[in-house]
Amino acid sequence: MTRYLLPLAAFALLAVVLGVGVRHSKDKGVVASPLIGRPAPQFTLPDLLVAGAPFDSRRMHGRWHALNVWGTWCVECRAEHEVLVAARQAGGLPIVGLNWRDDEAEARRWLAQLGNPYEAVPVDAEGRIAIDYGVYGAPETFLIDPAGVIVHKQIGPLTAEIWERDFLRRAARGKDGS
Amino acid sequence: MLPELGHFALILALLLAGLQAFFGLAAPALGRDRWLAAVVPATAGQAVMVATAFACLVASFVRFDFSVAYVAQNSNSALPLVYRIAAVWGAHEGSLLLWIVLLACWTVAVAFGVARMPVRFGARVLGVLGLVSFGFLLFTLATSNPFLRLDPAAPDGRDLNPLLQDPGLAMHPPLLYTGYVGFSVAFAFAIAAMLEGRLDQAWARWTRPWTLAAWAFLTLGIALGSWWAYYELGWGGYWFWDPVENASFMPWLVGTALIHSLSVTDKRGLFKSWTLLLAIVAFSLSLLGTFLVRSGVLVSVHSFAADPARGVFILAFLVIMIGGALTLYAWRAPLLKSDAGFEFASRESFLLFNNILLVIAAATVFGGTLAPLISDSLGLGTLSVGPQYFNPTFLLPMLPLIALVAIGVHANWKRGRLQARKRPVVVAGLAGLAVSAALVFGYYAGRPGLALVSFALGAWLVLSSLVDPVDRLRRGLTLPRAIVGMTLAHVALGVFVIAITAVETYTAERDIALARGETAHVGGFDFRFEGIDAIEGPNYDGVHGVVQVLRDGQPVVTLHPEKRRYLVQQSVMTEAAIASQAGRDLFVALGDDLGAGRWSLRIQIRPLVNYVWIAAALMALGGLIAASDRRYRPSRVPAAEPVATGQGSAA
Repeated sequence: MTRYLLPLAAFALLAVVLGVGVRHSKDKGVVASPLIGRPAPQFTLPDLLVAGAPFDSRRMHGRWHALNVWGTWCVECRAEHEVLVAARQAGGLPIVGLNWRDDEAEARRWLAQLGNPYEAVPVDAEGRIAIDYGVYGAPETFLIDPAGVIVHKQIGPLTAEIWERDFLRRAARGKDGS
Repeated sequence: MLPELGHFALILALLLAGLQAFFGLAAPALGRDRWLAAVVPATAGQAVMVATAFACLVASFVRFDFSVAYVAQNSNSALPLVYRIAAVWGAHEGSLLLWIVLLACWTVAVAFGVARMPVRFGARVLGVLGLVSFGFLLFTLATSNPFLRLDPAAPDGRDLNPLLQDPGLAMHPPLLYTGYVGFSVAFAFAIAAMLEGRLDQAWARWTRPWTLAAWAFLTLGIALGSWWAYYELGWGGYWFWDPVENASFMPWLVGTALIHSLSVTDKRGLFKSWTLLLAIVAFSLSLLGTFLVRSGVLVSVHSFAADPARGVFILAFLVIMIGGALTLYAWRAPLLKSDAGFEFASRESFLLFNNILLVIAAATVFGGTLAPLISDSLGLGTLSVGPQYFNPTFLLPMLPLIALVAIGVHANWKRGRLQARKRPVVVAGLAGLAVSAALVFGYYAGRPGLALVSFALGAWLVLSSLVDPVDRLRRGLTLPRAIVGMTLAHVALGVFVIAITAVETYTAERDIALARGETAHVGGFDFRFEGIDAIEGPNYDGVHGVVQVLRDGQPVVTLHPEKRRYLVQQSVMTEAAIASQAGRDLFVALGDDLGAGRWSLRIQIRPLVNYVWIAAALMALGGLIAASDRRYRPSRVPAAEPVATGQGSAA
């Protein structure tokens, strides 16, 4: 009889482990990207706002910065945009805005109307770079350290609170540590 | 209007699934035979409602209804029709609905199948399937409703995940899910048998075709995903031991054990409780796979934006379904003793070892997949388990398994007399060894060791599997489909082993700088760099290299690895060129312009790699052929009394 109970016991143990795992994933909030801890993919793309001078991602080396993936067609990006503009006004962390599969004219109009929170706006019209970054859907934001390593990834729109907690504080801690 | 209709249909489907489960399980348990008549109508109604809901979601995608949040998140006004349809299962909510639709399809097929089986047993099978449907419908409605509206509607959608915008990957989830969900049928048959408190050989014979079909679809689904990653994404490999891949591979391994264990239960009435356990575990691992992918407890290249609330729900569902099934198992399985015996070298023994090795293999994959999670849960830090763990630990049970199959296909039921069949087995073994030696020392010339062993095993399996069917054909006997399918699958397994061995051992790779007219010699081929041509595409321009491949001075193929510059010559992307030949894939990628007409090139030759997928497809085909064997079809409706027990009745 007992040997027929073994599968049940093994499953009970597994259920406990999975239960703990689910609670942990709640703490994490979102699924981490497998890219975390790895070097951010390098790219060179035209800049939306500076004609003739392509943006090279190596330009950001040596600085903590955020890479924000956005598009004018993205509903959540509009709400997020105010947070980003406020973040730029407050200073602290430069933001690169990867314009993903977008219409360039509309993107320029969007930035002219709503304000430009970005230090540079590389244009990823084909979405190739977004694939390298494992972007699932806009908006997504990556925190990248001075060595060019991805430290954190936010899936979905940023809020002021998330920006403060997951981006500014991490960058500040990193700066103190180094 | 359509999304509301779909939502409403989903709610009705939930209620009908509840009725299907209730009448299906309660009527036989309480002895209320008049309730039995309600089971099939409830099942049919549930299927119609599910189909309606799915059609509504498809229509919302086709009509660009960006007022539906799920459509706005996964489609775009520029998305072509075929991808708008594939986008239905492009993310979590729609994937779940696809799961439910496929479960409904299997359920309808089962409803036709059980019509020829004892009525109470059939009711119980449909009842269990109704319970599974109920759980998934509740999950969808409670946490993952695809019909939620956006207010105000989005002006345009944020487009389908670009990775999914391709025919191969659009077909990958439906095939994979068809396999996953198909194991629910074997599960339902197992639960029904335990509720009946009896399990005979007829039960195993009814269960076999369903299990074979599910297994075949799962095989195809996994192979298609792997093919896709290799050829189109250019990930540079065919298997990564990624958690999501493992999640589909574990049910496959246990499912493989199950189809073999079922054959013993069918032919000899043995391994009854073991077969039940495998049926439960195969489906449990399918559910677990869904949990792992959807709850976000594991990190993978397939990472989805996961929601912990969903994780909690699936976990609760897992505990109820699997916990319930295993409790029933602990209670009922001891009653299913079988007293027939078998000798050591009988086919039963071989299939027993087959089962043990497959389960060990599944357990090693399981351990490696869950180790990071366990380590994380216990606060031991993050742990990464990769191919350096999976490759050797998986190989350990697999190599002896191949040898067991090569011998075991000749073993007799019950009797352990291999003597009579010794000659063909030994001859096939020697021939296999000769083939292996010819490949290792002659054709590929080098790196013996493990390659020598696994080539020999693969070739032995191919030859040994063919001995018996060929012999039967020579004697003018016809082969039943079950034998044809089995032989095909075993031969394919042998080919698969040979292909994997070749590609793992003899892939030749070189990174080299070449000027125009220079030649690189890689793996018996000459790659002559003929220079660079300008190319122009719709959204890019760029260059492609012209690489003439020669063998012994004879031109074989010309490859055009591309370097594309998107948007005013600034974003540079590399497109490798792959030529599939009969014996190998030739791969060339264009690197950097080193100046003065010199370019860096990456050249690879992957021997036999295309046979990995051909073999997998043949295995699946074998499964489907075997599933269609007439022997598995219940021939008549037995009287109201459930199945007769005993060994003799089901020969």
